[in-house]
Parts: sequence; C-alpha cells; structure tokens
Amino acid sequence: MSKLKLATAWLDGCSGCHMSFLDMDERLLELAEFVDLVYSPLVDLKDFPDQVDITLVEGAVASVDDEAKIKKIRAHTKMLIAIGDCAITGNVPSMRNPIGPEPILDRAYIENATLQPQIPCVVVPKLLKVVRPVHEFVEVDVFLPGCPPSADTFHTALTAIISGEPLDIPALTRFGA
Amino acid sequence: MSDTAEVKTLVIDGQEVSAVRGQTILEVARENDIQIPTLCHLEGLTDVGACRLCVVEIKGSNKLFPACVTSIYEGMEVSTNSERLQKHRRMILELLFTERNHICSVCVANGHCELQSLAQDLGLTHVRLPYRNPELTIDASHERFTADHNRCILCTRCVRVCAEVEGAHVWDVMGRGINSMIITDLHENWGESTCTRCGKCVQVCPTGALYDKGKIGSDHPKYPDFLPYLNLMREAR
Amino acid sequence: MTIEELDLIAKQVRAENAKFDYEVNVCMGTGCLSQNSDKLKDALAKTVEDSGKNALIRRTGCMGLCAAGPLVLVDPDEVLYQHVEEGHAQKIVDSLGGKPVAELQCELRDHFDQQVHVVLENSGQIDPERIEDYIAHDGYRALLMAVNDMTPSGVIRQITESGLRGRGGGGYPTGLKWSTVAKAHGETKYVICNGDEGDPGAFMDRSVLESDPQRVIEGMAIAAYAVGANKGYVYVRAEYPLAVSRLQACLRDARRRGLLGSNIGNTPFSFDVEVRLGAGAFVCGEETALIASIEGRRGTPRPRPPYPAVSGLWGKPTLINNVETFANIAPIIRNGGRWFAAMGSERSKGTKVFALTGKIKNTGLVEVPMGIKLREIIEKIGGGVPDGRKFKAVQTGGPSGGCLPESMLDIGVSYDALMAAGSIMGSGGMIVMDDTSCMVNVARFFVEFCMTESCGKCIPCRAGTAQMYTILTKFCTGTGTMADLELLEELCDTVKSASLCGLGQTAPNPVLSTLKYFRNEYIDHIVHKRCTAGVCNMAASTAKPAEEVLA
Repeated sequence: MSKLKLATAWLDGCSGCHMSFLDMDERLLELAEFVDLVYSPLVDLKDFPDQVDITLVEGAVASVDDEAKIKKIRAHTKMLIAIGDCAITGNVPSMRNPIGPEPILDRAYIENATLQPQIPCVVVPKLLKVVRPVHEFVEVDVFLPGCPPSADTFHTALTAIISGEPLDIPALTRFGA
Repeated sequence: MSDTAEVKTLVIDGQEVSAVRGQTILEVARENDIQIPTLCHLEGLTDVGACRLCVVEIKGSNKLFPACVTSIYEGMEVSTNSERLQKHRRMILELLFTERNHICSVCVANGHCELQSLAQDLGLTHVRLPYRNPELTIDASHERFTADHNRCILCTRCVRVCAEVEGAHVWDVMGRGINSMIITDLHENWGESTCTRCGKCVQVCPTGALYDKGKIGSDHPKYPDFLPYLNLMREAR
Repeated sequence: MTIEELDLIAKQVRAENAKFDYEVNVCMGTGCLSQNSDKLKDALAKTVEDSGKNALIRRTGCMGLCAAGPLVLVDPDEVLYQHVEEGHAQKIVDSLGGKPVAELQCELRDHFDQQVHVVLENSGQIDPERIEDYIAHDGYRALLMAVNDMTPSGVIRQITESGLRGRGGGGYPTGLKWSTVAKAHGETKYVICNGDEGDPGAFMDRSVLESDPQRVIEGMAIAAYAVGANKGYVYVRAEYPLAVSRLQACLRDARRRGLLGSNIGNTPFSFDVEVRLGAGAFVCGEETALIASIEGRRGTPRPRPPYPAVSGLWGKPTLINNVETFANIAPIIRNGGRWFAAMGSERSKGTKVFALTGKIKNTGLVEVPMGIKLREIIEKIGGGVPDGRKFKAVQTGGPSGGCLPESMLDIGVSYDALMAAGSIMGSGGMIVMDDTSCMVNVARFFVEFCMTESCGKCIPCRAGTAQMYTILTKFCTGTGTMADLELLEELCDTVKSASLCGLGQTAPNPVLSTLKYFRNEYIDHIVHKRCTAGVCNMAASTAKPAEEVLA
C-alpha cells in the first residue's frame, strides 16, 4: 500500500496546533509509516502540491492571503481537516471582529511603534474586515476542535482516519480544550 | 378515578416510572437518571422555560414541550432524546454560540462552562451559522465581580436568584430581541448599583459572563448547588 | 337603566334626527382625518348654516373605503362622495334636494354589494362619541337582555351555538373559552379585550374602536356577566390615540348612563372597564405577555399551561378576547346564535373584517361572510390590482401568516382552508402584491419585523430570527448559496417547533410559504444572482473580494 500524502497548513493562528501535533513525539514515527508529509510549515516546500490526501489546517481566515491559500488547498486536497478552534470558530483572531481591523493595525503599527509608525502596505497581507472560520470559505470534512487539540487527540483521530475506522470526536475534545 | 390519585405512572424513553402529581417531566426524569439537557433551569429557582433545550416529545402531540415546566399526567409517554430533539438542541446551541462572542480558550469558565459542556455532550464540533460578532461591553466596575456581556446567554438565572433568593432584584433584562441585555438596577454600573455583594449571581451563572475578579484564567468552577440547600434551610426556620 | 328607558332614548334620538331633511355623514376615521376631514366637517356645518338648509352634519367612524377618503355620505338619498375637500362643501350643500354632485360621486357597487356588515354595522353610521347614537341603533339592548332575562350559562350557550371563533388569529372557539373561564374556580375573575393590534397592514381593531367603541364595551360586559367577572381591561396600543380617546369618552358615557358600574340594569351584576395602554411591543398581543404588561411587568410571554382561563391576570381566571370578537357579541345575543351560525362556512361562522392594503385599488376595511373566495375579495371588492400590473401574491395573517399565489385564490376564506394552504386567517390583515414585489424580499421584511419584535426571552426566536434575517439578506444581495438555503430551512424548523410563544412559532411562516409557492425566485437569487422583480440590488454578488478588504 502506498503512503498517503499528508499536508499541514497554517493560517491565522498561534502555531499551537502544530506544536501539539509535534507533541505526538515518538508516535510521529509510527504515523510516518503510513503517511508522507508533503507540505507543511515544518518542511521546506513553498508551493502547495497537487493531489494531497489529507490536509490539516490550523488557523482562521483573516487576510486575502489566507483566503487564497485555503481555496488552493481545498482544490488539491481529498480530505480537509480543520484543526483547532481558530480554524473552526475563529477563536482568538476573531476577537477583533466586533471592532474591525483598523484599531488593531493602529495599535500594532502606530501606537506601539517607536520607529516610523505606519501601517504596512507591502509584504504584510491585507486583512479581511471579518475573521471567519475555514468552513465559511470552503467545505471542511472533519472538525477537530480544541485550543489546541491534544497530542492524544491528534493521534487517535489520525490513526482512525488513516485506517478508516469510526471516529467519535466529541469524546476526544471540545471547544477550548 | 385515576385523575385524583396522588401517585401517577408514566413512561419516559420506554422506561416505566412513578411520580407525584404536580411534578414536572424534568424532575421525574432526573430522579430516574434520564438526562435532559438544560441551561435556564436551576434547582432552587422558578422555571421560565426560556432556553428550550429541555424540549421533549409527548406521544399524541406533534408539538414539543419544555420538560422543566410541563407537568406529568397519568399514562403520559415521553420521549426525551429522539433524532428530531437532538437536531433542534444542536441548532439552539449553534444559535447561542453565534449570538455573542464565546471564545472558550480565553474564558474564565473554560472547562467549567455549562454551554461548553453541552456542546460536547450533544456532539457539536463546529457551528454552521455565521458568527454575528456584536460589539458588547464588559462591566468591571464592581470591586469583586465582573460582568462580560460577550459570554451572556440571557438565561436570567442571575435575575431570578437576585430577586427570588437574595431579595434584592438588582439584575433585570433590558431591551428586546437580539438586543436584550442583563443590567443592574436601571442600567447603572454594577459597582454603583444597589448590589448586596452576595455573589449568588456569579455562582449560578452557567457561563463565564459573571465571574469573580479574584480568579484567574480558567480557574473558575462555580457551585450553584447551594441553592436547594439554602431554600431548604429557610423553609425549616 | 332598563330596556324601556333605552327605547325612550332611542325614540328621542330618532325624533331629533327626523327634524332634519338631510343627514350629511362625514367620515372621521384616522384615514380620512389625516386628509383633514375635520376641517371639511366644519366647512360643511358653516355652509349649511349660511344656506339655511335643514341638514344635520354628523361626525362618523370609518366608512371603509379609505383609498377614496375623505368620504361623505348624504342620507336619505344614500349618495356617497369621495375625495371630498373643504372647497367642495358649497357644492355638496347646494346639491341637497337636487341632483348629486356628479364629479364627486363614488359608484362602487361591487365594493359594497358583496359585503355583509355585522361588526361594522354602525361604522360610518353613528357618531362614535355619542352613546345616544349607539343606543338608537339597538345599542346595549343585548346587555340588558342578557342580565335581565338570561342566565350566564344561557349566554354562553348562545355564543357556543353561534360557532364564533376568536378573531385575533388563533380561531379558538369563543363559547368554549367562555365556558372554561366560567367554570374556573375563584371569586375574582377578569375580562380583557386585546386591542394590541400590531400586524403590518392591519387596522381592523383600530377602526372598530374608533368607529363603534360602545359595541366592544357592551360585548365585554356581556362576557363578564357570562363568566362571572366584575372587572375588565381594554389593552390598546398607545399608537392609537384616537381610539383611546373615543374609548375613554365612551366609558364615561356608559358609566353615566348606568350601563357600566354597579347594578347594571337594576340587577346585582356590576362591571367596570379600565383602559391600559401598550407601549408598542408586538409581543404584547400574545395573551400571557399582555397580562404581564397589564400587571406592570416586562411584557414577555410565559409557557402555557396554565392557561389564562385558569390562571391569568394576577393569577385569577381571565377571559381574553380580541376587539373584533367582542364586537360580534351584542348582535349574537340580540339575534340568537343560530342567526350567526347561518352565515359563513362549515367550521368558520359569521363574517370577518379584513384590512385590504397593498397593490389594490380599493384600499380599506371590508367585512365579508366567511367562506367567500379570496378572488372575490381581491378582484371584486378590492377592485383588483391597479395600473394594469399583474397580481402575484396575497399575504394574509400578518407576520405569522403566509403568501398565497394566484393558484390559491379560489379557496374560501376560513380558518381551516387558509391553514391548509400554508397561511393563517390571523387578525385580518390582507396585503396584495403585484409583480413589482420580490417574494424573497417580502419574506425578509416579515422576518425583520419578527426579529425586531421578538422579546428575547427564548433562544430560538431571539437568535433564530436574527440568523434567518442574515441568510435572507445574503440572498437579497446575491451572496447566498444553496447551502444557505438548506440551513435556512433547518433553522425555520427549529424556530417554528422550539420557540416559546406564537410569535416565534409562526415567525418562519412567511419564509416557508414563499419557499412553497415561489421557490423559483429563491433559486433565481441564489443561482442566477437575479431578482426578476427588480427589487434586490445584487451588486455585492459581482463585487471583487478586494472590496471587502481593508486597504
């Protein structure tokens, strides 16, 4: 049996979900027997490859870049798994939604800047007015909530998904877990 | 005439149970370890039937009945956990999560929140409805407590405990519909209100909307179990 | 006050009226008043005085055809004038005794001939602020008949026999409601008249209260006698100042004449009525919310049972009926239940008042026998859709009702038939729409109404209507998807099944009925980003995502 192609992606989040993923420790080796990690912030590939079997997405959609990225990912992925509360509910990044992005940019680049206070217009992607969860942009196949989902959750869920066994997510994790 | 009899028998989820006249479906179900989810109900307070999570089906009617305020009758057949009910309950939870800004990961009640636990119990892994993201205030004017309207689900437990048990009636509801809000006195700051600082509202609040300033992070379990005991002691006096 | 004394008053009034050669009735309902019919009346009075003609100028309540107001009816020739202005006074006075003023004459046989007036029998005929006028039209005869010659159960029997059902919208059998309250235990009982009319496009109750308030009071007094109550409340919206002031004048007169207060008709029966004003919350039309509001609490509904018939105002057995229901009582007692039951259809007896509005020629108030086809109301009585446009839908029952298409126009108007078609009778609002109306937008309008009028107590209604509104707005701006439509239908199901009171339980009806009959319009909006009626602005659908982005 050929290995499944696994990708992980990082939108607007703290990378905590990726840390938790790495916390699987030695169980990662076990996982590597079944999957190839073809794209991830953890590997050095710049473009999202074609025909990925499973993609784990961390983070909410908060900028034009995020939006373009998630749409591309969806187009090239068989099974999209939203991991963590940011991807599923908007979580901490969405806390700016009631006041909009302007005060946030002001706070970060004007009020607290000591040198050349200005809002960047290159390199930093343009922010969307409202931060929204991934499934409001593309279809998501599996939701794995938690902030972050624990290493055990990752392990149990991925093992079940790879082997095609039934998976009871609410028994494993919840919002904010 | 079975109608005048004090003790009734009925069927809940296929299980035959006995009850006393005047009891609600919820009371009888809980006595028999049949779990019906609730949010606005709290033992020791009057029931308002507002959260609609405890709706059940009664054989012979197409309508749904809130278990917390529906009295039992002889021969009643209740179903508490059908597919249809689960669907409605999940939708109600989705409505609650999208109504205000419930960010579990930064909430003082994370891990002790009734809304959060219900979502897990009812198998809610994501919310399909769009988040409304309203701009709401936080009232930290009280020296001991904070009210965060982002996390309020308008269950009115605070309103009832303050009026019915503490007898102060500091809390009430202002506005209507989606703009409803709990307020202290006539929308004064909590810190400048006639609050007696008893803290009962904080203990009965099912979410992190009302919390103790002394607690940090998610270190905020609540103990609403004192209510029935308190009521019992008062009656005994 | 006895029946003989009533007869005496009636005789006096008739004798006074007979002194005049002509009676000129000027409509002073809210519709005509808004077009200065009060000034018109003054002008007519002055002109008559100057001309020396022997004519009585009378203020009356609504004559029904609001679209043609201000209206003037000249008796005994029964000439109806429309769009009368102050400047026409001279012409009208000159014409008395001669030929009618042709250019003002209103010829609408179809409009009037098809109607049957029971509730509106005195509207436009009497001066609503003169109790003597009401008495001259058989007023208070029914009350005195009831308290003198009938037992309370005898009264209820007549009401039950009449087959009258609640006119507020629910259609609950009135006789059954009365007997429940009559049988309820308790020394103190209350009668409440629900005048918190709030449906968009509905003004039946307002018009009845403005045109013939005594009839409502009489109905309440008969009800109080039947159920054993001594105290009544009329709950009217504060937005109806004319109705409130006429009602209050009317209560004063009735008390002065001994028709309210202690020992009515020289019997031990005592009854009085107080007016309570609503503060403009639609939900206070729901009976438990209305009771809370009268008690001085926040107007929110509570779960039933217990029903108000058992535990209502201040925990006492309470009878709540709508204005129009009470307005039907006196004629039923006067003529007997059988007389009433002979009108209407199998399970919906009597007549119903409708407020015809929207894209229809003869906007106004009509009263028709139950069972009449919708088509007759709209095309004959209403005069059809104006400006050569095409009929599209009729909305009945207000925000709780639904929109029915052309194909459903041949159903007879009754509680059951309308329910089966996916709408409801409601309190009697009837809004006609032509092909310039977008049904998705119409559904959105009604959902918005329910959203802003939700009391906020229960979650399905409070947050559910807001989410429904969000999704419908997406459709109307061209950003909706088929997945949204699926979600909307699921949402409607929860709001309908799980809400606490009638407001929430019926809030999805406009959406469900438009989805049933006009689904293609939804598909047009979602898939083709097109609004055939040209109402919705679909600009957002073609907007680049960048426009949503911050610079």
